Amino acid sequence: MIDGPVQHDTPIAAPATSERTGAQVLCEALIREGVRVLFGVPGGCIMPFYHAMWEYRDQLRHVLVRHEQGGGHAAEGYARATGKVGVCIGTSGPGATNLVTPIADAWMDGTPLVAITGQVPSHLLGTDAFQETDITGITVPITKHNYLVTNAADIPRVVREAFHIAQTGRPGPVLIDITKDAQQERLVPQWDVPMDLPGYHPATRRAGPQAMQAINEAIATLLEAQRPLVLAGNGVIQAGGTNALKRFAERTGIPVVTTLQGLGAMPHDHPLSLGMPGMHGWVHVNRAIQRCDVLFNIGSRFDDRVTGKASTFAPHARIIHVDIDAAEIGKLVATHIGVVGDARDVLETMTPRMPVQPARYTAWRDEIAALRAEHLPRQHYTRSERTAPLMPQDVFAAFNAVADTRRDWRVVTDVGQHQMWAAQLIDWQRARSHITSGGAGTMGFAVPAAMGAAIADPTHTVWAICGDGGFQMTACELATIRQEGLTNVKVAIVNNGYLGMVRQWQQLFEGRRYSETPLSGPDFALLAQAHGWRGMTVEHAANAESAIREAWAHNGPVLIDFRVEREANVFPMVPAGRAIHDMVHNEAHHEQQTREYHIAQLAARQDRAITRGPAA
Amino acid sequence: MTVHTLIALVHDRPGVLHRIVTLLRRRGYNIVSLAVGRSETPGISRLTLAVGVEDATQVVKQLDRLVEVIGIADATHAPTVVRETALIKVHATGETLTSIAEAAVAAGGQVLDFGPDEMIVEITESPERVEQFVGDMRPFGIAELMRTGRLAMMRGKTPRVLEAPNDYRAQADGAPNEEAA
Repeated sequence: MIDGPVQHDTPIAAPATSERTGAQVLCEALIREGVRVLFGVPGGCIMPFYHAMWEYRDQLRHVLVRHEQGGGHAAEGYARATGKVGVCIGTSGPGATNLVTPIADAWMDGTPLVAITGQVPSHLLGTDAFQETDITGITVPITKHNYLVTNAADIPRVVREAFHIAQTGRPGPVLIDITKDAQQERLVPQWDVPMDLPGYHPATRRAGPQAMQAINEAIATLLEAQRPLVLAGNGVIQAGGTNALKRFAERTGIPVVTTLQGLGAMPHDHPLSLGMPGMHGWVHVNRAIQRCDVLFNIGSRFDDRVTGKASTFAPHARIIHVDIDAAEIGKLVATHIGVVGDARDVLETMTPRMPVQPARYTAWRDEIAALRAEHLPRQHYTRSERTAPLMPQDVFAAFNAVADTRRDWRVVTDVGQHQMWAAQLIDWQRARSHITSGGAGTMGFAVPAAMGAAIADPTHTVWAICGDGGFQMTACELATIRQEGLTNVKVAIVNNGYLGMVRQWQQLFEGRRYSETPLSGPDFALLAQAHGWRGMTVEHAANAESAIREAWAHNGPVLIDFRVEREANVFPMVPAGRAIHDMVHNEAHHEQQTREYHIAQLAARQDRAITRGPAA
Repeated sequence: MTVHTLIALVHDRPGVLHRIVTLLRRRGYNIVSLAVGRSETPGISRLTLAVGVEDATQVVKQLDRLVEVIGIADATHAPTVVRETALIKVHATGETLTSIAEAAVAAGGQVLDFGPDEMIVEITESPERVEQFVGDMRPFGIAELMRTGRLAMMRGKTPRVLEAPNDYRAQADGAPNEEAA
């Protein structure tokens, strides 16, 4: 790991009492927060900061990304791999607005991020000066907090507050916008200025008396349950609570489902681990949710991709919701017992109070196991003589064949079909091995985020798995990865020549009108080679595993272009707006449902005609 | 739609109202009135926000999450005193002048200014009484109406308004927001 713990006594370039610029103070403030890596692009109004950064280059590694969006996602990947705050930098105007997408992404997924932007000199604020954008105004709804700094003396306090806010409570993005004159201003910094945050009160690590009362009610409710279920999300991973979750499940015998962002919180092959729920979750998982009588949600926020039609979600269940953010409780799903707290703390408080009865819910678990056997989780796709010799599912099977023998990897997925296949099919073993853009669904996330994760932890190989659409949105970062000399980044493109998820919806719900979803690309292997990468192309299932093995062994960045069946679909699937048990299992099932729907419509029309009788 | 009266303590800094208003706008809530001014503590403002929303629980929690909102309470069902001031410029002729002045005094208001064709009356009362008085003035012809919006203050010790609701227990069988369905 490059990063060390926060060291407030790190030696810095200038003596503490000498005068220096706001930009130098900013560098020192970042070092004091334990920052070691910055992702950014310089420009006019942030130049004083870059000028100062040169003096601190032994302590602050700057990664020159090709586009600020890539810098923001790289900082997110860094944060998601380590749990530490990622830092990205842009200049004023377009530099700042290019950061808006990753900031929104970090907001949705609760990723600790500090974005630093240059701003025009304070006397020009609000005058539409060159490269001026009101970035604090723009980012109000997508940051936990933001600052406009016009005074260099405020920098030490603002940086401390920003890092505190970004990583406490539900983590999230904080933006610091600093005017050029504040960066240039000379001063002797005061480091012992306290934080001034009387209105910021994130849930504390230790449960208070009210939380304890709610915890006791939760325990009593779980003890009465016949068919309890744990729904675990990203909150468990962020709290470092994966072991606590496993101990809780093993002691109580309650099965666990993990959301997209919670993948890895329970090892996939643990007997109590059921898999992912929701729009592309497994049939047995969604059915279990609809059957359970107590749903214990720990660290997940009932996203609509999990609940489907919220009013039909878990209809028989009393709902216990543990969340670090009080505003999440009762927001989307009626909650019977809400506990505001840290997922790990709540689990560790509850576990010793629960009786040891790993066998109590055998009948319930058998019921789920029967559903699982009936619906054969990994068989929801069809291969025929008409399909291409490489199905997307083959890529993930090949990946598992290589990855299952190792532990030193992370996967960063982009957004779309490949993301869902990866979530469904990869054997997730560990927390923070799965990084994806969940809430925002930002295409173009994977390559830069993989770069950030690879820099954060060089001991792990980071696979960016993308579609050909998302890859082309941020492919420019291949050059950055090369310039940084990273050897532990590998890219796998699940290339079907479509914006595949949209095409799937068009096929299933819009009569195969493939409006603007087919897309061509360059020869991705050649593109990789042009960037100084190794590039490979795989067109047959038989070659997939050896290609992955070869890429893994190669001491440098490798891109594999997997040319897969173009019109494969992600199944099972809950069509938007339906209850989660109302799933489409495969193409044939969809066609059958569609036929039945049209027959029912026709019958209803005929009924109405008969009721009305012949026109008078 | 119920009108909820929220009382909050916020930092007295540029942009604080922007954050509050952005949050309400994003959820599509209409602000009935908003009154804000400096509080007893330097650097801290107290505001009264009247917002039309069926269940204010969620929006209160989201407002409380704003870093610059120091404390917030829903005072709708709490014992409070609520006052609003209205300045009303009414058309006044020789015939109606006395009636207007008498009506103002009878309602607890006062006449602030006599012009050649109009007069300005002021009333400070509960929002309902202000509403009623404004209605009483309409027949005379209102030229201008300016209202402060409601100012609310809880009776007795201010409950929890400066405390963090760290511990939150959802109400049993609480209904989710309508938007979710």
